[in-house]
Amino acid sequence: MPLVKDGKITNDAFVHLAEDAEIPSEGAILVPAGRFLENTEALSQRTSPTGVIWPNNRDLDDLVPWLAKLAVVALVFPTFRDGRAYSQARLLRERHGYRGELRATGQVLRDQFVFMLRAGFDAFEVKKSSDAVAFANTASRYTVFYQPTGDGRATALHQRMQQRHSESARS
Amino acid sequence: MYAYDEIDRTLINERVSEFRDQVKRRLSGELTEDEFKSLRLMNGVYLQLHAYMFRVAIPYGTLSAEQLRRMAHIARRYDRGYGHFTTRQNIQYNWIKLAELPDALADLAEVGIHAMQTSGNCTRSITADQWAGVAPGEVEDPRIWAELLRQYSTLHPEFSFLPRKFKFAITASEHDRAAIKVHDIGLRLHKNAQGETGFEVLVGGGLGRTPFIGKTIKEFLPGRDLLSYVEAILRVYNQYGRRDNIYKARIKILVHELGIEKFAKEVEEEWSQMGDSALTLDDAMVEDIRSRFTYPAYEKLPHMPEELKKAAHDPQFEEWRRNSVAAHKVPGYAIVTLSLKPIGGPPGDATADQMDAIADLADKYSFGEIRVGHEQNLVLPNVARRDLPALWRALDKIGVATPNINLVTDIIACPGLDYCSLANARSIPIAQELTRRFANHDTANLIGRLHVNISGCINACGHHHVGHIGILGVEKNGEEFYQITIGGRADENAVVGTLIGPSVPYDDVANIIEDIVEAYLALRSRPDELFVDTVKRLGVEPFKERVYATR
Repeated sequence: MPLVKDGKITNDAFVHLAEDAEIPSEGAILVPAGRFLENTEALSQRTSPTGVIWPNNRDLDDLVPWLAKLAVVALVFPTFRDGRAYSQARLLRERHGYRGELRATGQVLRDQFVFMLRAGFDAFEVKKSSDAVAFANTASRYTVFYQPTGDGRATALHQRMQQRHSESARS
Repeated sequence: MYAYDEIDRTLINERVSEFRDQVKRRLSGELTEDEFKSLRLMNGVYLQLHAYMFRVAIPYGTLSAEQLRRMAHIARRYDRGYGHFTTRQNIQYNWIKLAELPDALADLAEVGIHAMQTSGNCTRSITADQWAGVAPGEVEDPRIWAELLRQYSTLHPEFSFLPRKFKFAITASEHDRAAIKVHDIGLRLHKNAQGETGFEVLVGGGLGRTPFIGKTIKEFLPGRDLLSYVEAILRVYNQYGRRDNIYKARIKILVHELGIEKFAKEVEEEWSQMGDSALTLDDAMVEDIRSRFTYPAYEKLPHMPEELKKAAHDPQFEEWRRNSVAAHKVPGYAIVTLSLKPIGGPPGDATADQMDAIADLADKYSFGEIRVGHEQNLVLPNVARRDLPALWRALDKIGVATPNINLVTDIIACPGLDYCSLANARSIPIAQELTRRFANHDTANLIGRLHVNISGCINACGHHHVGHIGILGVEKNGEEFYQITIGGRADENAVVGTLIGPSVPYDDVANIIEDIVEAYLALRSRPDELFVDTVKRLGVEPFKERVYATR
């Protein structure tokens, strides 16, 4: 499964830790939420990058105290039809100020890229390689956005107001 | 009319290009049918019994003549020469070819029409009172807010994969023509005690297998907070709405299971955390949208012009006028409803030729504007009263002047088993048979206002729960049976109808309905006591006794 980060296919430096595997002291790892919560103290002592895989039905309140220590939060799309992780992503970015890597994992198709980028994701474990290859083209498919999100893109309403101002400044 | 600008047009074209890519990937096998299904549904494409069905959005039921002509073109070029107007103010084509769909969408995009979110588990096309902007006594034109909601909900990055579909309806009149109480969110513009305009917000209404009437979650919401409050509701629903069972996934179930107080508390908490956000609308933004709506340059015209006085001697014209013409907020003008319910015809269908002719008549007599009502009829909203006789003759010629608006033959029906793969039973032939039984307009007038709604399955696309008489098709041992309810209504006094007795086979439905109407005529206290009021006064029992006594 190719990882797309910063708009490009990259090698995934993180190893997905199995539920029952021992936590290694070295190396970048992604830890399942349950394991993470059982070992928060030990994990936050690690010097290597540590991330967590957070299911879409788990309360973010349990994660929020640890955000500053995390290199990656991976949110899960069990199927691409299940959109709960979009809300989690926006809350992490826009309400809790999370600035680390926000990764989409699960059934990730190119048809979700724009939504995911707008919700704050910046890394994507893409299911099909053809979709990963198409990332740059797909991500720039839209130039007009109707809603404000934390991605800071100007909305149609704001664009129109700006046009009005520049028109009235000219006249 | 809202005039699309370059920004709106760009987005529609970008969506067409994305969909073209999605169809290409499906046809090449790169997308599985399961993956493609959700993607095509979000662009209004269903797989029906015989072919793909294509549902095109008519946001808040407002169309220009140019747009209606383009819909006629789609019917002619890509379908079989007709379209079907739906209970959500959209239009459906039943015989579209998948490979041609991107071209059809591109043709529609040229006139600012799209099919975004007419289906799928997302926020659906926003519906509104079909008399918005012209109804006397309206607080203000609710389409300004419907357009703000349309833009807000289009391709929303957080709410495009909700547990289930999500429908908004909005009205600004005392009398609710938009059925806001049976929508996921219903909005009623009104003035508070201080004279400020804002929204009563209802949530959790809906039909389908578990009907609920919407509950008020906020008595008064200022307009500037509309989008942020809606976002709070959608966020709570997106996170906590059930996804384990498709039949329990609508917001009405979440509201019901939590109770409205608890649900409202969750929403309030989320909303207060959002604080003053980029979603808060300032007056300039609302004014900007308002300024993109153009309104007719009405003339000062007499209420009783010579043309109308003369035509009053023609009983056929008078019958139509009394039935299909309503008061307009501007003196000298009228709102005219065009019946798409001809005797013996399928409810809500219009041919390409009819659409073209109606577009021409709209240009000539209604400032180029047409509306679609959830009752599956069309409206010319701005007709000078002096033009009514000429318009009537033209409408009669093309078969859309049946004087049966709101009468027993003005039937709402879903496509049913003739088209739909979800249906258990036929709807259209039942409607056709009923219109033949009550074909005599004098009889229909004697009966008075009576809404018959027919659904071919429990999904309730024909709104049977809220029909004064509701007919629901079910399947029993491989045969079509029908459950009949009475006393439902969809307006400001919305209530779900009550079952009158055991289900009956296809051949008995029209007889039963005739018997119910007979019973009503015998039971009503005065000629002007409406069917629903008689049912409300007496309950179901006296009807049941009379109808089922001999069966």
